[in-house]
Amino acid sequence: RKNVEDFTGPRERSDLGFVTFDITADILHGKKSIFDWNVKQLFLYLSAEYSTKNNALNQVVLWDKIMLRGDNPRLFLKDMKSKYFFFDDGNGLKGNRNITLTLSWNVVPNAGILPLVTGSGHVSVPFPDTYETTKSY
Amino acid sequence: ASGRERLLPRLRPFPRPAMDLFGDLRRMNKRQLYYQVLNFAMIVSSALMIWKGLIVITGSESPIVVVLSGSMEPAFHRGDLLFLTNFHNDPIRAGEIVVFKVEGRDIPIVHRVIKIHEKENGNIKFLTKGDNNEVDDRGLYKEGQNWLEKKDVVGRARGFLPYVGMVTIIMNDYPKFKYALLAVMGAYVLLKRES
Repeated sequence: RKNVEDFTGPRERSDLGFVTFDITADILHGKKSIFDWNVKQLFLYLSAEYSTKNNALNQVVLWDKIMLRGDNPRLFLKDMKSKYFFFDDGNGLKGNRNITLTLSWNVVPNAGILPLVTGSGHVSVPFPDTYETTKSY
Repeated sequence: ASGRERLLPRLRPFPRPAMDLFGDLRRMNKRQLYYQVLNFAMIVSSALMIWKGLIVITGSESPIVVVLSGSMEPAFHRGDLLFLTNFHNDPIRAGEIVVFKVEGRDIPIVHRVIKIHEKENGNIKFLTKGDNNEVDDRGLYKEGQNWLEKKDVVGRARGFLPYVGMVTIIMNDYPKFKYALLAVMGAYVLLKRES
């Protein structure tokens, strides 16, 4: 985890977190596969949720994947890096003991309601108390 | 002179009976015309009332929107219809699909929330990104704007119907089609006879 200037957003130094993760998941609807006749695709995303001094609630999507009807509803991913930068709004990642990672998905039907479902099973990860030193080039 | 008039029967000149009949016909058609116009006005008012009712029930200023771009493919395509709600106490959370308007622009955008930072008092700022886009929406926001707020939200996408919105897009892109459609509808309503 580093403290760097966020070039994409507000021009202040914010904490940037680096997370590596594994995902093992079986997306079901009750006991059957989630892909029934009215499910066109799933939009899966891994989000990190945490609290800081600055903000009572923060949620950052780290990774997402589109799973089409016909794809295997089982995920077995290892050593994944986050797709998106895990910037905090401020410096609330350093020493933060409780970052909860949850896998959720948006069901996109052929026609009808668009539900958002959170998977059961989530992981809490702590961030270290110190920053990583940046390599100089 | 008066004596002779009383002896001769009074004959009406020939054209007058025909003109009376035509007069009756013209009066009847005017009444029917007004009736048809009132019928049409009632249909339009009912449609407007249903739309206003939807605005009240959903809390959104535009409860039904048409997807205009491909930035949310493969979930939504141009021409799909989205149904929105905008309940005040529904919190905005990462992963939700929101329709928002950038300050100063008329066109609503349908993208997904990928980051939220919410304060204890409920003030929230969030970032969006189209599923099919490589980068987040900061380039679409106003100059200097880095986050969206609750006030920018038109609604949350709750339901969807494919293809149905194409009619609106065609009418926008080909105004002649829109006028033709209105002309046909108008002719149908005015000429339709109640049995």
